[in-house]
Amino acid sequence: MLEIRSITQVFGGLTALLDVSFSLRQGEITGVIGPNGAGKTTLFNIISGIYRQTSGQIFLKDKNISGFPPERLARLGIVRTFQNIELFGQMSVLENVKVGLHTKSGCGIFSCSFKLPWHLAEERRITESARNWLDFCGISDLAEQRADSLPFGKGRLLEIARALAMEPQIMFMDEPAAGLNSRETQDLATLIRKIREAGITVVLVEHDMELVMDVCDRILVLNLGEKLAEGTPREIQENQAVIAAYLGEG
Amino acid sequence: MKRELLKFLILALLVAILPMLLSGSYLLNVLIFVGIHTMLAVALNLLLGFAGQISLGHAGFFGLGAYASGILTSTYGINPWIAMTAAAAVVTLLAFAIGFPILKLKGHYLAMATLGLGIIFFIVFNEAVNLTGGPSGLSGIPSLKAGSLTFDNDLKNYALIWLFTLGTVLLSVNLANSRIGRALRAIHDSEVAARVMGVNARLLKVQIFALSACISTIAGSLYAHTMGFISPTSFGFNFSVELVTMVIIGGLGSIYGSLVGAFILTILPEALRTFQDYDIIIYGLILILMTMYLPGGLVRGIPAVLARFRSAGKQEG
Repeated sequence: MLEIRSITQVFGGLTALLDVSFSLRQGEITGVIGPNGAGKTTLFNIISGIYRQTSGQIFLKDKNISGFPPERLARLGIVRTFQNIELFGQMSVLENVKVGLHTKSGCGIFSCSFKLPWHLAEERRITESARNWLDFCGISDLAEQRADSLPFGKGRLLEIARALAMEPQIMFMDEPAAGLNSRETQDLATLIRKIREAGITVVLVEHDMELVMDVCDRILVLNLGEKLAEGTPREIQENQAVIAAYLGEG
Repeated sequence: MKRELLKFLILALLVAILPMLLSGSYLLNVLIFVGIHTMLAVALNLLLGFAGQISLGHAGFFGLGAYASGILTSTYGINPWIAMTAAAAVVTLLAFAIGFPILKLKGHYLAMATLGLGIIFFIVFNEAVNLTGGPSGLSGIPSLKAGSLTFDNDLKNYALIWLFTLGTVLLSVNLANSRIGRALRAIHDSEVAARVMGVNARLLKVQIFALSACISTIAGSLYAHTMGFISPTSFGFNFSVELVTMVIIGGLGSIYGSLVGAFILTILPEALRTFQDYDIIIYGLILILMTMYLPGGLVRGIPAVLARFRSAGKQEG
């Protein structure tokens, strides 16, 4: 459903990505792995519209979405989470998820200021939906807390809940297990599967190999900005080039 | 939501009974200024406290409203209400047009650009003598009329100004607690995350800048018609800084805080008359102390400080 065609990204004299192509299949969980500096986060930043690639194209179901800004991608159902969770710290947990429903609502400055009837109805719908997503991620007991008071693991769940509230088609997760303990990582694996069951295609950049091998249907391996391998977890584990890249040759 | 309504009703009641308790036009006059300053501080707070975008040129928009109304009514004899509406509409469009390039800037650069904008407006007020009367000001601005009622004394003006002020407060509180208010606060906290959530940050910042300018312009028109006389010194850089001080004293992102800030900074100069031109130093000091010790502003900061004292008391007890 999402197709990446020979993406190249050059920062000054540094080539972060070179001619990377791959495509996502609907309903699959894809893992993107690779040693540090392989270009995983750069790839995410390009797909989510934060960077503009030097060359190459991205297609969503045959629609060219290359160079779309993040807010436009959001309306097409592409969302991401961040490695160092980007919460709206001064807002409550519930309000954070409500922001995730921004594209699911449409009242402007005028109808919000004058509290027009359809705004009130929309607000009720937003609140109800936000509570459902908190419930989905198992953090509804934290609804009224300020987001910056959450422990890291809960913050991660909130970020996922907020992204889910958009009801995206594809969700990119940048190192969702970073900073989580093993118990939290297990819960995360369960949650990721639950997200897939809700019909959302998931892509994760992750260093936790156990998690990647456990939940992913397919894996893309990047090394030094280039695509090294692509396949099922089993294929990747047996791939000589991948083993060499991770362990060093000779 | 019910609590918001209650807060507003208490404020409205206070506004209604205050003139009965006060005698003399001097205090009433001060309260008229509190009203105008509240409108301006709330307008700036929408931009600064919610969207997190600074403007050091808001006195300029205030001045544009005052001069547009003043010139259209006194020189061209146009109906004050029509002049006021026209001024608000034109300045809103102007702010929208300026907003697109200027709000691309961040932090200090935005501060400098808006500072420059304010100075440009000030120079126009000061130098376009044929139009504005230059440094000696513009006089003979007629009072507003509603049917047979002319807003020509302090009590009537008080009622008029506070009607607009209460309206501004109510609409701003509504906006702050809505989808748009949340999107603005989201931009403030993390612009990139807000955009990933589908918030068109660039457009929304420009919209709120235009709204803020629109409210400031209306405040300017009201000011011109209430005073009957305007001169450039009321719309200079010092006043822009005063507005930022009001917002910070009251608390960024707190609408009622802006009211408190406007109240304090309007009463204070009256109390500090003896210090004359040194008042700007006192504002500077207040700004520094507030950002150091009460960064959330008075309205949020005082309960926090009290809570700290209480818990400290408990530990000792």
